Amino acid sequence: MMWNLAMFLSEPLKIVNSVEGFMYPNEIGLQWSVLIVLYPYITGLVAGAFILASLERVFHVEAVKPTYRLALLTALSFLIVAPLPLQLHLGHPERSPEMYFTPHSTSAMAMFGYVYLWYLMAVLVFEIWLDYRRDIVLLSRSSKGLLRLIYKVMTLGSDNISPRSLRIDEKVGWIVTLIGIPSAFLLHGYVGFIFGSIKANPWWSSPLMPVVFIFSAMVSGIAGVMLIYMATTKLRGQKIDIRCVDTIAMYLFYIFIIDFSLEMLDLIHRIYEADESFRSLQFMVHTKLYIPHIVIQIFLGTVTPLALLFITQVVKLPERLRKRMYVAAGSLALVGIFAMRWNVVIGGQLFSKSFLGYTTYKMELVTREGSLVAVALTILPLFILWALLKVLPPWSSEHEVGSATGD
Amino acid sequence: MPAAAIAWKAVFAGTPEQAPNYRMSDHWWGMLIDVPKCIGCGNCVRACQAENDVPDGYFRTWVERYHVDDADMTNPEVISPDGGKEGFPVAKEDAGKYFFVPKMCNHCADSPCTQVCPVGATFVTPDGVVLVDPKYCLGCAYCVQACPYGCRYIHPEKKVADKCTLCYHRITKGLTTACCENCPTGARQLVDLKNPKDPIHEFLKAHAVQVLKPQMATGAKAYYYGLDGSVR
Repeated sequence: MMWNLAMFLSEPLKIVNSVEGFMYPNEIGLQWSVLIVLYPYITGLVAGAFILASLERVFHVEAVKPTYRLALLTALSFLIVAPLPLQLHLGHPERSPEMYFTPHSTSAMAMFGYVYLWYLMAVLVFEIWLDYRRDIVLLSRSSKGLLRLIYKVMTLGSDNISPRSLRIDEKVGWIVTLIGIPSAFLLHGYVGFIFGSIKANPWWSSPLMPVVFIFSAMVSGIAGVMLIYMATTKLRGQKIDIRCVDTIAMYLFYIFIIDFSLEMLDLIHRIYEADESFRSLQFMVHTKLYIPHIVIQIFLGTVTPLALLFITQVVKLPERLRKRMYVAAGSLALVGIFAMRWNVVIGGQLFSKSFLGYTTYKMELVTREGSLVAVALTILPLFILWALLKVLPPWSSEHEVGSATGD
Repeated sequence: MPAAAIAWKAVFAGTPEQAPNYRMSDHWWGMLIDVPKCIGCGNCVRACQAENDVPDGYFRTWVERYHVDDADMTNPEVISPDGGKEGFPVAKEDAGKYFFVPKMCNHCADSPCTQVCPVGATFVTPDGVVLVDPKYCLGCAYCVQACPYGCRYIHPEKKVADKCTLCYHRITKGLTTACCENCPTGARQLVDLKNPKDPIHEFLKAHAVQVLKPQMATGAKAYYYGLDGSVR
């Protein structure tokens, strides 16, 4: 009797969570939701956008110059939003400052606050400020009302724009970018380490994880900035610099190949080694993760954009067609990298650590960790970017600032 | 000495002195789980839930029933309906063997859950018990992900990590854990590895014991006697 009652009571739980096989009883509900999928996705876009910016600044790839400032502002917009999914996910968000004040030295996650602040303040904001300082000073002189006050504050009292002082800005900016490259690697490699260092979870536990995260970050960031550059240029009624997008597409192609190779290396290693978790993970990839992993991540989000980019590299196509192919490849790459984050975070929680069963992730709609919040957080950086573009226009700064000041 | 006698002796010998005299540095707690003795009655699960106010659907301890078929030993059939709280359905009479495996926090000496906590809200006490400070925990669930044994959960109301405390409020006052006290067969025995009088030392000398997932190198202190190789 008692047994039947228990079965009856436990049955709804099973139906809701669609458990197959055996899960440890505390594993049935997922701990990390779509918001934790967004966290590596957004930080990846930041790191990738910054690496693109550094191509011009440090490696003197002049062709990508039109995207330099745009890439920095894109990185900043996404970086501002990056901690929000984490914050919303916490059971006690009000306690999150404890990570700064009393970090636990052995915790990979405890570093987040410091890595984030370092990257935000010491690298990104500082570099943007140095690069825009001349424009900000000129705008503070030419603007009126509230905008003038805003620009005045943004100068931080440093309004000397003599050639000598601008040369110093340039040198310091170069050094900051140089520091920024390993910092970008640190930011995203560290996110990969958060997952890769969990030995309890064979789907995550891999020393390749930080490296895969870094290269996938570059793919998403470069694709993202390329698309934003093409969209904003189009919206402004300007002509897209085809040399610029050709160069970006070339870098995207090569980095994508490295990224894909690393992911395949990880896959082949798992298949060949076939450890105790293999059978369980293989089953998961062929059932619950088939659509997000095989179809979306690998075929739609990786092989297809790689094929498109490959064609643009080896066949001389008309400019118009090339641009369309870049848009398609860039968009698919963004979808593919999102799927990769999804498969890591959600996929890593769908199987039991007993390797004997599987659960299901059902995304909620209007809850704190629901899909509406996730969509809002994905769009939010674009609004921030729009505001930043208004305050700090990245394009044709010479002309626009010059005409504004009457120079 | 029969196993039941050892169990009772262990329970008594492992019982620490009263709280006023309790010194953490004098103890190093663990648990001995005698698998063949477990009858899957669910007393331990019910006792734990009553003692520790464990929310429904979450478990500080639970019991699994394994069915291992001779033909396919690597793919056991495992069930734990509602954590085994109300017992198990009648087993089918067919090939293979059935046995019960009580599970709980292993109170690992090198616990991966305490390693990953970003603020140190979860920690190993000097007497070897892994605890969570609910007033400090962020509720990030990183520890839940890091536990190889599935012993942690986020408390649905308190929104913090929760787990077996080895009835710390009891063992520091000279009592044994609720699960040990309510086990009718003595399948669970609280052990104090620092107590030279604890029969665990004799038991370990004379018996082969195993920890769960030894490849995880967590320094687990839930020692299983008679553990089948198919148990995960």
